[in-house]
Order: sequence, then structure tokens, then C-alpha cells
Amino acid sequence: MKKVKVYVTLRESVLDPQGSAVMGALHSMEYSEVKDVRIGKFLELQIEEGTRDVDTVVKEMCEKLLANTVIEDYRFEVEEAVSK
Amino acid sequence: MKFAVIVFPGSNCDLDMYHAIKDELGEEVEYVWHDAKDLSEFDGILLPGGFSYGDYLRCGAMANQSNVMSEVVKAAEAGKPILGICNGFQVLTEAGLLPGALLRNKNLKFMCRTVELKVVNNATQFTTGYEKDEIIQIPIAHGEGNYYCDDETLTRLKENNQIVFKYASEGPNGSIEDIAGIVNEKGNVLGMMPHPERAVHDLIGGSDGLALFKSIVKQWRETHVSHA
Repeated sequence: MKKVKVYVTLRESVLDPQGSAVMGALHSMEYSEVKDVRIGKFLELQIEEGTRDVDTVVKEMCEKLLANTVIEDYRFEVEEAVSK
Repeated sequence: MKFAVIVFPGSNCDLDMYHAIKDELGEEVEYVWHDAKDLSEFDGILLPGGFSYGDYLRCGAMANQSNVMSEVVKAAEAGKPILGICNGFQVLTEAGLLPGALLRNKNLKFMCRTVELKVVNNATQFTTGYEKDEIIQIPIAHGEGNYYCDDETLTRLKENNQIVFKYASEGPNGSIEDIAGIVNEKGNVLGMMPHPERAVHDLIGGSDGLALFKSIVKQWRETHVSHA
């Protein structure tokens, strides 16, 4: 079993109004050193290893559903899942 | 003319759409559930507003994976008129039938009010009932109607006259160039954030949306009904 962590973020060219609002709040809390905030999504998948290559399958899932590549970038990490 | 109103779990403007077609337009219409596998009996496809699949992940992302969407793609390829309103527009961009994407409103607020729209292109099969540059009153109700596309796509939209509606006064959501609705290159798929189906009778505050539906029917009659 593999644990896959998928990170989806808005592309650099896309304005992130949520991130801007959070940065504004941080500034009002006197964290003036914050220069940018980008908000994204974190997805954690448990994937059973079969005949299909995990990297290939996850990339496919990202392209088809998990991210919209018109506005979002994604990256993922594959780890051994620790059995409970 | 026979319309399908596609219903996803979480659609909530399907009844308004049905009412507009049946009672105001007097055409045939049926609700079609998202797992339908055949749309061949319909002449026009309507994707209503709402919050399909709770807007989980992204607006329209999960709806795009439902059975009926491959049929909607087929209908689009066959040249049938396809209209996506609000969440329906979001689904059409997710499906790749329209370019770009809808982002969170710039002010992060859900905007619900009547706005002035400018009919930028009245030569589409959806807008022949309007004058060019006519200003119409249509309600909006969305939190993610901020139209985005890259510069290359925007140039293409302009060159091909694909921008159909723009917000006439100050844009409510931050859309690029105040875009409120676009068509595909072929001109048979329209997506728009405002709700013409909520403006089909003076009793409900205005009827400026009715001409859009009438335009679709008029075009269809002209190409499909012979006057022998």
C-alpha cells in the first residue's frame, strides 16, 4: 500500500483572493514580514499497488480530476503507507 | 423543439429552467438525470445552475465525470445548442467544451443581485433576439464567477467573436474584461454566469432573459422545420 500526498495550488499567473485576504489579516496582526500567501489543497490518497504504476495513475488522476490545469498546478509525493 | 434539463445532485435552478421552457416558451422539456446514457432524442441541452456535488473539489469538477457528460460532448460535436448557466457554465469549462475557468469572486463574496449585461455579440444562435450592445437586466447569484483564461485564449476569444455577454457596469466578480458569457468556436455552446431563466416574466422582476431562449428556438425552427 502506498500513501500519496497531492498538493494542488493556483498557478502563479492566477490571482488568489483568499491568499490576499489572509495576507491582509497577517499584516494587521503585525506580521509584516509576510510577503505572499497562496492557499491550495492537500489530498491524501491510499493506493493499493497492482499492475498499474502508481506514479502514472496518480498523474492521470491529477490531470483528469484532482487539478484543473487551466488554473492550477499540482505535485505529489509517494510514500510507503504505514499499516495500522 | 425538445429540450433536456440536465439534473445533477445539487442542481437547484433546474426547476426555473424547466418553467422558462415549458410555461414561458411553450416548448417541450424534460428533466434528465446525470446518469443518462442517451440524449439523442433532444434538440437542445440545458445545464442549470446550482451546486453540483456540493461544489466539492472545484465547481463542476465532479459533475463533469458523470455519464451524461460524454453525451453532452457528443451533442456539442453534433452541433446541437448547449446552454450552461452558472454552475452549468462551470461544468462546461471543466469538460473543456468552453475555454478558461471560473475562479472565486475577487471580493470573496457570494453576489446575488440583478446586474446590467451588455450583449457584445448578437450574431450567435443564442442572441439574435437582442440588439448589438443592448443593455439587459439579468440576475446573478454566484460565489465563483470570476472568469479567467490566459492571454493567448483571450486573444482567440476576441478574434473569433466568442465573447457574448459582458457586465455593463462595474464587474461584480473580477472577471477578465468583465466577461459574463462566452461561446465555443463553433458557436453552439454558450456558458454564462447570469441567470436568464430567472428573468422570463415581469411578475418575477423582469423578462430580459426570454429573448435568449426564443433565439435558440427561432434558429432551430429555421434550420429544422421546412415550410413546404
